[in-house]
Amino acid sequence: MDRRTVFNGRLLPAVLLLPQLLLTFFFFYWPAGQAVWSSLITQDAFGQGWVFVGFENFADLFTDPLYVDSIVRTVFFCLAVSVLAMGIALGLAVFADRAIAGRGVYRTLLIWPYAIAPAMSAVLFLFVLNPRVGLLGRWLNHHGIAWDYTLNGAQAMLMVVSASAWKQVSYNFIFFLAGLQSIPRAVTEAARMDGAKGWHRFRTITFPLLAPTTFFLLVVNVVYAAFDTFGTIYALTQGGPGKDTETLVIKVFRDGVINQDIGSSSAQSVVLMVGVIVITAVQFRFMGRRTLS
Amino acid sequence: MRDRPDYVAHAVLILGVVLFALPVWLVFAGSTQDSDAIMRGELSLVPHLSNLSVYTRVFLNGTMGTEPVWHMLLISLGMALAIAFGKITISILSAYAVVFFRFPFRHVAFWLIFVTLMLPVEVRIIPTYAVMADFGLINSFTGLWVPLIASATATLLFRQVFTAIPDELVEAARIDGAGPLRFLRDIVLPVSGANIAALFVILFVYGWNQYLWPLLVATDRGLDTIVIGIVKMIGQETQTDWSAVMATTVLALLPPVVVVVVMQRWFIAGLTEGEK
Repeated sequence: MDRRTVFNGRLLPAVLLLPQLLLTFFFFYWPAGQAVWSSLITQDAFGQGWVFVGFENFADLFTDPLYVDSIVRTVFFCLAVSVLAMGIALGLAVFADRAIAGRGVYRTLLIWPYAIAPAMSAVLFLFVLNPRVGLLGRWLNHHGIAWDYTLNGAQAMLMVVSASAWKQVSYNFIFFLAGLQSIPRAVTEAARMDGAKGWHRFRTITFPLLAPTTFFLLVVNVVYAAFDTFGTIYALTQGGPGKDTETLVIKVFRDGVINQDIGSSSAQSVVLMVGVIVITAVQFRFMGRRTLS
Repeated sequence: MRDRPDYVAHAVLILGVVLFALPVWLVFAGSTQDSDAIMRGELSLVPHLSNLSVYTRVFLNGTMGTEPVWHMLLISLGMALAIAFGKITISILSAYAVVFFRFPFRHVAFWLIFVTLMLPVEVRIIPTYAVMADFGLINSFTGLWVPLIASATATLLFRQVFTAIPDELVEAARIDGAGPLRFLRDIVLPVSGANIAALFVILFVYGWNQYLWPLLVATDRGLDTIVIGIVKMIGQETQTDWSAVMATTVLALLPPVVVVVVMQRWFIAGLTEGEK
């Protein structure tokens, strides 16, 4: 971070930093502080007074079976999305890394979905899988499979996992392909000469060399699945049927914005913040500063 | 082995391409079909190219009580551009201050920015809304973008880029009598061009794709982004004008996809190089 040659002056750097710091204060620290504060108090029904209650809101939260269910559901959802999105992306990247005709075209055709909004992936999936208007959804029902994700919780989960993973494949593909391309040809050539065949070579040489990329992507995918999929889930199921696709972020939104339960939703926000802090700490501890996402 | 084409690779990659292209093709094909037929479940993969007039209709008038599509596209475009340029500008300024000056609390300032990495908007939904209300930013265009331009990621990227600028260049500039602002304009910005382009793509897509934030701070129909508008449309599953919704979907996907595809080279380099 330190360089030998710098400019002098104190006023100018302060002025340069000011916009970023002001925005950071008003839209990050202030609301985060408010969330912590609201999570430690309870307000009466009319918003007239408040009482300091310490960790009571948190105790309520963690003894609420609905919240615990939501945690378990979110963990499952994050892992399912990450494994699916990373698995498919890795498979595609391995073949796109081969010296074949038209690889540039394939690359472009696999990268463009990066531009799709999470909420838009929900819309696209609706047209494919909605039981009434979706092409595949109707086909399934015609062929004796009772497919309706608006009524069946397991199908709803399958739907939001697929839509969320689908949107994330291209991001992972970009990184896996870059990772594969950075493996020196000499290494794979040497393995080839030693007689290591396709799958064996991938498992013992290529995949271990991709470990840093894989770990980085795992963190990014878990964060994506935990937070950025709000639009996908909300547009497809609103967390339903019942609470079958209600992840933690959907729950904060439902409890805080729709049901106006400020104490509980603030405590939930604080729990999520701690979650992000832990994930970020793990990321930095194990892989240094890879931050752009 | 090397002489014949690698059929397996082509097969797998074509399958992957189809997996992504098919839903979009289906939506395009559907947009040209009759809404009543779609309601009856007669959606087909074959477009009726004589029916492209639906695009003019939704573009000018919207559908099912939404704003016209041109208006929602304009809000999305404004939001995406404001976020991209706003974020790039304030991040360049703050990273420049941190890298090229020595002043008290420099490390504190950097850490204050850095820690915000850990506070995505999703975890501070409720209190941020209260702050927005205090500032009178609910239901204003300013409210759609200003709070989203502060972020650690862009500042960290520029800090990395600026730190890599050789000291000799700074010394030469100082000997030539260039002040810090002139150095920023004439040297630092040009050498960071590729990074700025890459970040622009990432941030444009980020801005265009926002959903939770506009849902929260703008209930006024006149501020609906295209993504918000479409989700509203599919929410009314009865009596839906499906071909219009599908046409709107195609129009909503086009701008960010075009930006990514056209600027692909910078975008990929920026995205993956930032990681190394």
